[in-house]
Amino acid sequence: MLSDQLVVERIRRDFPIFSRLENGKPLIYLDSAATSQRPIQVINAVVEFYEKINSNVHRGLYTMSEEATEAYEAARANVSSFVGCKPEELVFTRNATEALNLVAFSWGRANIKQGDTILITQMEHHSNIIPWQILSAEKKAHLEYIRITDDGLLDPVSVEEGLGKGPKIVAITQASNVLGTINDVKAIAKKAHEAGAICLVDGAQSVPHMPINVKEIGCDFLAFSGHKMLGPMGIGGLYGEFDLLDSMPPFLTGGEMIKEVNLEGASWNDVPYKFEAGTPNVEGAIGLSAAVNYLKGIGMGWVRSHERELIARALPLMLDENGVKVYGPTNPEQRGGVISFNVEGVHAHDVAEIFDSEGITIRSGHHCAMPIMNKFGIPATARVSFYVYNYGDEINVLMNAIKKVKRVFSVG
Amino acid sequence: MDEDLYREIILDHYKHPSNFGYLPEANAKFRDSNTNCGDTIQMEVRVDGGEIRDIRFTGVGCAVCIASASLLTEKVKGAKISEVMSLGEKDVLSLLGLSSITPERGKCAMLPLKVLKASLIQFQKQA
Repeated sequence: MLSDQLVVERIRRDFPIFSRLENGKPLIYLDSAATSQRPIQVINAVVEFYEKINSNVHRGLYTMSEEATEAYEAARANVSSFVGCKPEELVFTRNATEALNLVAFSWGRANIKQGDTILITQMEHHSNIIPWQILSAEKKAHLEYIRITDDGLLDPVSVEEGLGKGPKIVAITQASNVLGTINDVKAIAKKAHEAGAICLVDGAQSVPHMPINVKEIGCDFLAFSGHKMLGPMGIGGLYGEFDLLDSMPPFLTGGEMIKEVNLEGASWNDVPYKFEAGTPNVEGAIGLSAAVNYLKGIGMGWVRSHERELIARALPLMLDENGVKVYGPTNPEQRGGVISFNVEGVHAHDVAEIFDSEGITIRSGHHCAMPIMNKFGIPATARVSFYVYNYGDEINVLMNAIKKVKRVFSVG
Repeated sequence: MDEDLYREIILDHYKHPSNFGYLPEANAKFRDSNTNCGDTIQMEVRVDGGEIRDIRFTGVGCAVCIASASLLTEKVKGAKISEVMSLGEKDVLSLLGLSSITPERGKCAMLPLKVLKASLIQFQKQA
């Protein structure tokens, strides 16, 4: 078996972006939680669609359109198998945000009534907060939050309290984009069902990074984005349990999502087409399918263990570094490949700017998760995030960059 | 990184900002933040006879944002409202000793002036 280093070297050869220099230095890309890079196989799949079969899908009676439709539906089958559902249970969306909005405004408007409870957590991305805030205001429903502990874990007492309120839905992230925390969504889904709720999992930060099977998790919905898992931007997915999807009204409306239209009204197309109004992102779906093939080739088990090793190496160094505050769980088993931190006395923006001078690209800000920032009483954090193409040596460069920040600002 | 961003003057004003704090006798006050980064600045101004007699600011932000607020408050003390209103990005950059700035960091640099102008506009409306 190849060593980790060799596997990563082989992977990196597939990513054209790594021939680019950042401020004259080799690019160290530590912002995959925002968007991942794409391998040549994905880029080629998109180019090939445009060069060879570019045409609109469905209802085309000529050969090329049939080929495009076949490729689009083959992509659906491949991506659905990646998360462990049937093809008809996978709706292609623009991204995880759109998938979450779909559930809130289709399922939510049909099922949430005045006085009902919606349960989410304090560690959600804004995309799994705002739709519920809007829905609960519209329906005069209660939006409740499961609190997080100081080490960035779900507070088990708060979990029970929340479920005790008899929610209609529990919407929870599987992996936090800020704290890295991996939540036991299988246990949450089970508890949610026992409490009479359905369970929606935000998989934007988990589907790219670990083996996922929705039937094993037992959730009713799972949202994810293609661009965080080596795929193109503008394509994502929503898994929905078939009967649930079937019972839901449409979300966006227009072409493709209808069966019959007359001047008085319309009847809806079958699942999943009912939720795919308008010309879909065909090249995106095909690119995402290529990304799934790439990840299947590496093995999601390897992806998870590779990131866990990087975290196990980086985390103790950062925790030991004077003047550096790290947020989230300290046990690598409990977290994905994300580390949020601050250098005492230095704003996260300045940290990111100085990192950039070393060729290291990181994110700084509130990461669209302001309730977490409020919980820790900070305006922002700097965040590094790892993926398949990162390797251990980059952590040394990272630590040197932290030392440079401290030098420039004479702190720590 | 633009090495200029971490020049002495910016780091000095970041660590030891001038006019940092509250102004109890203020008659113009405004607070705003940059949505992307969460930088927040509050300006408290005492205006008398169309002139800025005193000014203080509070807030959290990166080195560029805080230094910009510090230098700006130093500059506008005693200035006429109309003079403050005519200040722009060029003036802020020249206070910071920079010839240019990236669009993202430009927002950090400009937040204090934006907040100051907003406080004065509000003051004039109330007057």
